[in-house]
Amino acid sequence: MIALLGLVIGVILGLVLQPTIPVALQPYLPIAVVAALDAVFGGARAYLDGIFNDRVLVISFLGNVLVAALVVFLGDQLGVGAQLSTGVVVVFSIRIFANAAAIRRHIFHG
Amino acid sequence: MADPTDDSTNDAKQRLKDAFLSRPTRGQVVVAILFCALGFAFAVQVQSTQEDALTTARTSDLVRILDDLGEQRERLAGETASLETTLDDLRTGADRESAARQEARERLETLGILSGTVPAVGPGIVLTVSDPEGAVDAADLLDAVQELRDAGAEAIQINDVRVVGSTSFIDSSDGIVIDGEVATPPYLIRAIGDADTLSSALAIPGGVLEGLAESGAQATVAEGTRVAVTALKDLQAAEYARPA
Repeated sequence: MIALLGLVIGVILGLVLQPTIPVALQPYLPIAVVAALDAVFGGARAYLDGIFNDRVLVISFLGNVLVAALVVFLGDQLGVGAQLSTGVVVVFSIRIFANAAAIRRHIFHG
Repeated sequence: MADPTDDSTNDAKQRLKDAFLSRPTRGQVVVAILFCALGFAFAVQVQSTQEDALTTARTSDLVRILDDLGEQRERLAGETASLETTLDDLRTGADRESAARQEARERLETLGILSGTVPAVGPGIVLTVSDPEGAVDAADLLDAVQELRDAGAEAIQINDVRVVGSTSFIDSSDGIVIDGEVATPPYLIRAIGDADTLSSALAIPGGVLEGLAESGAQATVAEGTRVAVTALKDLQAAEYARPA
Protein backbone atom coordinates (compact mmCIF):
# COMPACT_ATOMS: atom_id res chain seq x y z
CA MET A 1 0.00 0.00 0.00
CA ILE A 2 2.62 2.43 1.11
CA ALA A 3 4.65 1.39 -1.98
CA LEU A 4 1.87 2.47 -4.34
CA LEU A 5 1.54 5.65 -2.33
CA GLY A 6 5.24 6.30 -2.95
CA LEU A 7 4.76 5.76 -6.68
CA VAL A 8 1.90 8.23 -6.80
CA ILE A 9 3.82 10.78 -4.77
CA GLY A 10 6.80 10.41 -7.13
CA VAL A 11 4.66 10.96 -10.22
CA ILE A 12 3.03 14.01 -8.67
CA LEU A 13 6.42 15.40 -7.63
CA GLY A 14 7.72 14.94 -11.17
CA LEU A 15 4.67 16.63 -12.68
CA VAL A 16 4.71 19.52 -10.22
CA LEU A 17 8.43 20.23 -10.10
CA GLN A 18 9.06 19.68 -13.81
CA PRO A 19 12.82 19.56 -13.40
CA THR A 20 15.00 19.85 -16.46
CA ILE A 21 17.03 16.73 -17.08
CA PRO A 22 20.76 17.44 -17.32
CA VAL A 23 21.93 16.94 -20.88
CA ALA A 24 24.47 14.32 -19.79
CA LEU A 25 21.71 12.19 -18.25
CA GLN A 26 19.19 12.52 -21.06
CA PRO A 27 20.08 9.28 -22.92
CA TYR A 28 20.12 7.27 -19.67
CA LEU A 29 16.92 8.29 -17.94
CA PRO A 30 14.50 6.35 -20.15
CA ILE A 31 16.72 3.26 -19.92
CA ALA A 32 16.95 3.68 -16.15
CA VAL A 33 13.16 3.92 -15.93
CA VAL A 34 12.72 0.71 -17.90
CA ALA A 35 15.36 -1.05 -15.79
CA ALA A 36 13.65 0.09 -12.60
CA LEU A 37 10.29 -1.12 -13.92
CA ASP A 38 11.88 -4.52 -14.45
CA ALA A 39 13.12 -4.52 -10.86
CA VAL A 40 9.66 -3.55 -9.64
CA PHE A 41 7.98 -6.38 -11.52
CA GLY A 42 10.66 -8.76 -10.32
CA GLY A 43 10.04 -7.62 -6.76
CA ALA A 44 6.30 -8.07 -7.11
CA ARG A 45 6.78 -11.57 -8.39
CA ALA A 46 9.16 -12.42 -5.58
CA TYR A 47 6.70 -11.05 -3.09
CA LEU A 48 3.95 -13.26 -4.43
CA ASP A 49 6.39 -16.17 -4.48
CA GLY A 50 6.99 -15.52 -0.83
CA ILE A 51 10.69 -15.02 -1.27
CA PHE A 52 10.58 -11.25 -1.17
CA ASN A 53 13.50 -9.54 0.46
CA ASP A 54 13.65 -5.76 0.58
CA ARG A 55 17.42 -5.81 0.43
CA VAL A 56 17.38 -7.86 -2.73
CA LEU A 57 14.86 -5.47 -4.27
CA VAL A 58 17.00 -2.44 -3.47
CA ILE A 59 20.08 -4.08 -4.92
CA SER A 60 18.34 -5.30 -8.05
CA PHE A 61 16.66 -1.93 -8.50
CA LEU A 62 19.88 0.08 -8.22
CA GLY A 63 21.88 -2.62 -9.98
CA ASN A 64 19.52 -2.71 -12.93
CA VAL A 65 19.61 1.03 -13.29
CA LEU A 66 23.37 1.25 -13.03
CA VAL A 67 24.12 -1.65 -15.37
CA ALA A 68 21.61 -0.37 -17.93
CA ALA A 69 23.15 3.08 -17.78
CA LEU A 70 26.63 1.59 -18.03
CA VAL A 71 25.70 -0.49 -21.07
CA VAL A 72 24.22 2.53 -22.82
CA PHE A 73 27.21 4.63 -21.83
CA LEU A 74 29.61 2.06 -23.27
CA GLY A 75 27.45 1.86 -26.37
CA ASP A 76 27.65 5.61 -26.76
CA GLN A 77 31.43 5.45 -26.46
CA LEU A 78 31.53 2.71 -29.10
CA GLY A 79 29.15 4.55 -31.39
CA VAL A 80 26.36 1.98 -31.08
CA GLY A 81 24.47 3.71 -28.24
CA ALA A 82 21.19 3.79 -30.13
CA GLN A 83 21.30 0.07 -30.93
CA LEU A 84 22.42 -0.91 -27.44
CA SER A 85 19.69 1.13 -25.76
CA THR A 86 17.23 -0.61 -28.04
CA GLY A 87 18.72 -3.92 -26.97
CA VAL A 88 18.47 -3.03 -23.29
CA VAL A 89 14.87 -1.98 -23.67
CA VAL A 90 14.08 -5.22 -25.49
CA VAL A 91 15.72 -7.38 -22.83
CA PHE A 92 13.99 -5.62 -19.97
CA SER A 93 10.70 -5.74 -21.81
CA ILE A 94 11.00 -9.49 -22.17
CA ARG A 95 11.76 -9.85 -18.46
CA ILE A 96 8.86 -7.61 -17.58
CA PHE A 97 6.55 -9.77 -19.65
CA ALA A 98 7.90 -12.92 -18.04
CA ASN A 99 7.45 -11.48 -14.55
CA ALA A 100 4.00 -10.21 -15.42
CA ALA A 101 3.09 -13.71 -16.58
CA ALA A 102 4.34 -15.21 -13.32
CA ILE A 103 2.39 -12.67 -11.30
CA ARG A 104 -0.70 -13.39 -13.32
CA ARG A 105 -0.26 -17.10 -12.69
CA HIS A 106 -0.07 -16.45 -8.97
CA ILE A 107 -3.17 -14.27 -8.77
CA PHE A 108 -5.30 -16.22 -11.18
CA HIS A 109 -5.05 -19.94 -11.45
CA GLY A 110 -2.61 -19.55 -14.35
CA MET B 1 -6.60 -27.57 -1.11
CA ALA B 2 -4.56 -30.62 -2.01
CA ASP B 3 -3.41 -28.95 -5.17
CA PRO B 4 -0.12 -27.20 -4.49
CA THR B 5 -0.92 -24.64 -7.18
CA ASP B 6 -4.04 -23.65 -5.30
CA ASP B 7 -2.01 -23.42 -2.14
CA SER B 8 0.51 -21.07 -3.67
CA THR B 9 -2.21 -19.02 -5.28
CA ASN B 10 -4.00 -18.69 -1.99
CA ASP B 11 -0.74 -17.81 -0.31
CA ALA B 12 -0.05 -15.19 -2.93
CA LYS B 13 -3.50 -13.72 -2.51
CA GLN B 14 -3.06 -13.71 1.23
CA ARG B 15 0.25 -11.95 0.90
CA LEU B 16 -1.28 -9.43 -1.48
CA LYS B 17 -4.01 -8.76 1.06
CA ASP B 18 -1.42 -8.43 3.80
CA ALA B 19 0.54 -5.94 1.76
CA PHE B 20 -2.42 -3.63 1.56
CA LEU B 21 -3.79 -4.09 5.04
CA SER B 22 -0.83 -4.67 7.37
CA ARG B 23 1.12 -1.88 8.98
CA PRO B 24 4.06 -0.74 6.86
CA THR B 25 7.19 -2.71 7.53
CA ARG B 26 10.72 -1.50 6.99
CA GLY B 27 10.82 -3.30 3.64
CA GLN B 28 7.68 -1.60 2.48
CA VAL B 29 9.08 1.82 3.34
CA VAL B 30 12.20 1.07 1.30
CA VAL B 31 10.10 -0.11 -1.60
CA ALA B 32 7.98 3.01 -1.30
CA ILE B 33 11.07 5.21 -1.54
CA LEU B 34 12.27 3.32 -4.61
CA PHE B 35 8.82 3.55 -6.21
CA CYS B 36 8.77 7.23 -5.45
CA ALA B 37 12.07 7.67 -7.29
CA LEU B 38 10.79 5.53 -10.16
CA GLY B 39 7.55 7.52 -10.45
CA PHE B 40 9.49 10.75 -10.33
CA ALA B 41 11.88 9.66 -13.09
CA PHE B 42 9.00 8.27 -15.13
CA ALA B 43 6.99 11.49 -14.94
CA VAL B 44 10.00 13.63 -15.76
CA GLN B 45 10.94 11.46 -18.72
CA VAL B 46 7.39 11.37 -20.10
CA GLN B 47 7.14 15.12 -19.80
CA SER B 48 10.46 15.85 -21.42
CA THR B 49 9.55 13.48 -24.26
CA GLN B 50 6.28 15.29 -24.79
CA GLU B 51 7.92 18.70 -24.60
CA ASP B 52 10.20 18.32 -27.55
CA ALA B 53 11.36 15.24 -29.36
CA LEU B 54 14.67 16.89 -30.23
CA THR B 55 15.78 17.55 -26.65
CA THR B 56 15.71 13.83 -25.86
CA ALA B 57 17.18 12.69 -29.16
CA ARG B 58 20.61 11.11 -29.05
CA THR B 59 23.65 12.84 -30.49
CA SER B 60 23.87 10.44 -33.42
CA ASP B 61 20.16 10.92 -34.17
CA LEU B 62 20.59 14.68 -34.05
CA VAL B 63 23.55 14.45 -36.40
CA ARG B 64 21.49 12.31 -38.76
CA ILE B 65 18.56 14.77 -38.63
CA LEU B 66 20.97 17.62 -39.26
CA ASP B 67 22.46 15.77 -42.22
CA ASP B 68 19.00 15.09 -43.62
CA LEU B 69 18.07 18.73 -43.30
CA GLY B 70 21.35 19.79 -44.89
CA GLU B 71 20.77 17.47 -47.83
CA GLN B 72 17.22 18.69 -48.17
CA ARG B 73 18.41 22.28 -48.10
CA GLU B 74 21.03 21.60 -50.77
CA ARG B 75 18.47 19.84 -52.94
CA LEU B 76 16.07 22.75 -52.60
CA ALA B 77 18.86 25.25 -53.27
CA GLY B 78 19.70 23.36 -56.47
CA GLU B 79 16.06 23.41 -57.45
CA THR B 80 15.92 27.14 -56.79
CA ALA B 81 19.01 27.73 -58.92
CA SER B 82 17.65 25.74 -61.85
CA LEU B 83 14.28 27.46 -61.64
CA GLU B 84 15.99 30.84 -61.56
CA THR B 85 18.00 29.87 -64.63
CA THR B 86 14.78 28.91 -66.37
CA LEU B 87 13.22 32.20 -65.34
CA ASP B 88 16.21 34.14 -66.71
CA ASP B 89 16.08 32.16 -69.94
CA LEU B 90 12.40 32.87 -70.37
CA ARG B 91 12.89 36.54 -69.55
CA THR B 92 15.77 37.05 -72.01
CA GLY B 93 13.86 34.99 -74.57
CA ALA B 94 10.87 37.28 -74.17
CA ASP B 95 13.13 40.34 -74.45
CA ARG B 96 14.75 39.01 -77.60
CA GLU B 97 11.39 38.14 -79.07
CA SER B 98 9.96 41.59 -78.42
CA ALA B 99 13.10 43.21 -79.86
CA ALA B 100 12.79 41.04 -82.96
CA ARG B 101 9.13 41.95 -83.26
CA GLN B 102 9.97 45.66 -82.94
CA GLU B 103 12.62 45.36 -85.62
CA ALA B 104 10.27 43.47 -87.89
CA ARG B 105 7.63 46.17 -87.45
CA GLU B 106 10.14 48.89 -88.35
CA ARG B 107 11.26 46.95 -91.40
CA LEU B 108 7.64 46.48 -92.39
CA GLU B 109 7.02 50.22 -92.18
CA THR B 110 10.17 51.06 -94.10
CA LEU B 111 9.41 48.54 -96.80
CA GLY B 112 5.79 49.67 -96.90
CA ILE B 113 6.89 53.24 -97.56
CA LEU B 114 9.39 52.16 -100.19
CA SER B 115 6.94 49.86 -101.97
CA GLY B 116 4.12 52.34 -101.70
CA THR B 117 1.68 50.23 -99.72
CA VAL B 118 1.42 52.60 -96.76
CA PRO B 119 0.78 56.35 -96.70
CA ALA B 120 3.70 58.51 -95.63
CA VAL B 121 4.11 62.00 -94.26
CA GLY B 122 7.15 64.12 -93.59
CA PRO B 123 9.17 67.12 -94.75
CA GLY B 124 9.62 67.52 -98.49
CA ILE B 125 8.62 69.52 -101.52
CA VAL B 126 5.64 69.95 -103.79
CA LEU B 127 6.59 70.52 -107.44
CA THR B 128 3.75 72.04 -109.40
CA VAL B 129 4.05 71.85 -113.20
CA SER B 130 1.38 73.77 -115.07
CA ASP B 131 1.43 72.84 -118.72
CA PRO B 132 -1.01 74.96 -120.75
CA GLU B 133 0.70 74.14 -124.05
CA GLY B 134 0.93 70.39 -123.51
CA ALA B 135 4.67 70.57 -123.84
CA VAL B 136 5.53 68.19 -121.01
CA ASP B 137 5.99 64.58 -121.99
CA ALA B 138 6.62 61.37 -120.11
CA ALA B 139 10.40 61.78 -120.33
CA ASP B 140 10.20 65.14 -118.52
CA LEU B 141 8.24 63.66 -115.64
CA LEU B 142 10.59 60.68 -115.51
CA ASP B 143 13.53 63.08 -115.38
CA ALA B 144 11.95 64.91 -112.50
CA VAL B 145 11.32 61.64 -110.63
CA GLN B 146 14.88 60.44 -111.27
CA GLU B 147 16.25 63.74 -110.01
CA LEU B 148 14.14 63.54 -106.87
CA ARG B 149 15.24 59.95 -106.28
CA ASP B 150 18.86 60.97 -106.71
CA ALA B 151 18.31 63.67 -104.12
CA GLY B 152 17.07 61.10 -101.66
CA ALA B 153 13.30 61.28 -101.96
CA GLU B 154 11.77 58.44 -99.97
CA ALA B 155 8.19 58.63 -101.23
CA ILE B 156 6.91 60.28 -104.40
CA GLN B 157 3.40 60.86 -105.69
CA ILE B 158 2.34 62.41 -109.00
CA ASN B 159 -1.26 63.63 -108.88
CA ASP B 160 -3.02 60.55 -107.50
CA VAL B 161 -0.43 57.94 -108.44
CA ARG B 162 2.22 56.65 -106.08
CA VAL B 163 5.59 56.44 -107.79
CA VAL B 164 7.49 53.24 -106.99
CA GLY B 165 10.21 51.19 -108.68
CA SER B 166 7.85 49.69 -111.24
CA THR B 167 6.00 52.89 -112.14
CA SER B 168 5.80 53.49 -115.90
CA PHE B 169 5.48 56.75 -117.80
CA ILE B 170 3.94 56.48 -121.24
CA ASP B 171 3.06 59.17 -123.75
CA SER B 172 -0.38 58.74 -125.23
CA SER B 173 -2.82 60.78 -127.24
CA ASP B 174 -4.84 61.55 -124.09
CA GLY B 175 -1.84 62.71 -122.18
CA ILE B 176 0.79 61.07 -120.04
CA VAL B 177 -0.21 57.64 -118.75
CA ILE B 178 1.36 56.87 -115.38
CA ASP B 179 0.89 53.26 -114.27
CA GLY B 180 -2.12 52.96 -116.48
CA GLU B 181 -3.80 56.16 -115.30
CA VAL B 182 -4.03 59.22 -117.45
CA ALA B 183 -2.49 62.20 -115.70
CA THR B 184 -3.69 65.64 -116.68
CA PRO B 185 -1.92 68.93 -116.05
CA PRO B 186 -1.18 70.59 -113.80
CA TYR B 187 1.10 67.88 -112.52
CA LEU B 188 1.45 67.93 -108.77
CA ILE B 189 4.57 66.04 -107.72
CA ARG B 190 4.92 65.48 -103.96
CA ALA B 191 8.20 64.11 -102.65
CA ILE B 192 9.19 63.36 -99.05
CA GLY B 193 12.86 63.82 -98.19
CA ASP B 194 15.26 66.55 -97.16
CA ALA B 195 13.43 69.64 -98.49
CA ASP B 196 16.56 71.72 -99.15
CA THR B 197 18.34 68.92 -100.98
CA LEU B 198 15.29 68.10 -103.08
CA SER B 199 14.60 71.70 -104.12
CA SER B 200 18.25 72.45 -104.90
CA ALA B 201 18.49 69.23 -106.92
CA LEU B 202 15.59 70.37 -109.05
CA ALA B 203 17.02 73.86 -109.42
CA ILE B 204 20.52 73.01 -110.58
CA PRO B 205 21.50 74.72 -113.86
CA GLY B 206 20.48 72.58 -116.83
CA GLY B 207 18.33 70.53 -114.47
CA VAL B 208 14.67 69.70 -114.22
CA LEU B 209 13.25 73.19 -113.65
CA GLU B 210 15.30 74.72 -116.41
CA GLY B 211 14.39 71.93 -118.80
CA LEU B 212 10.69 72.33 -118.07
CA ALA B 213 10.91 76.08 -118.53
CA GLU B 214 12.63 75.56 -121.89
CA SER B 215 9.84 73.20 -122.95
CA GLY B 216 7.34 75.94 -122.25
CA ALA B 217 5.90 74.70 -118.96
CA GLN B 218 5.81 76.59 -115.70
CA ALA B 219 7.22 74.77 -112.71
CA THR B 220 7.27 75.98 -109.10
CA VAL B 221 8.75 74.29 -106.07
CA ALA B 222 7.23 74.71 -102.61
CA GLU B 223 9.07 73.35 -99.57
CA GLY B 224 6.97 72.03 -96.71
CA THR B 225 7.58 70.52 -93.31
CA ARG B 226 4.58 68.24 -93.66
CA VAL B 227 4.08 66.81 -97.11
CA ALA B 228 1.58 63.97 -97.30
CA VAL B 229 1.98 61.13 -99.78
CA THR B 230 -1.35 59.39 -99.46
CA ALA B 231 -1.74 57.56 -102.79
CA LEU B 232 -1.23 53.81 -102.41
CA LYS B 233 0.13 51.19 -104.74
CA ASP B 234 -1.22 47.65 -104.74
CA LEU B 235 1.53 45.19 -104.10
CA GLN B 236 1.68 42.29 -106.53
CA ALA B 237 2.92 39.10 -105.00
CA ALA B 238 6.00 37.82 -106.76
CA GLU B 239 5.05 34.96 -109.01
CA TYR B 240 8.51 33.62 -109.82
CA ALA B 241 11.01 35.29 -107.59
CA ARG B 242 11.57 33.69 -104.17
CA PRO B 243 13.75 34.83 -101.32
CA ALA B 244 17.13 33.23 -101.80
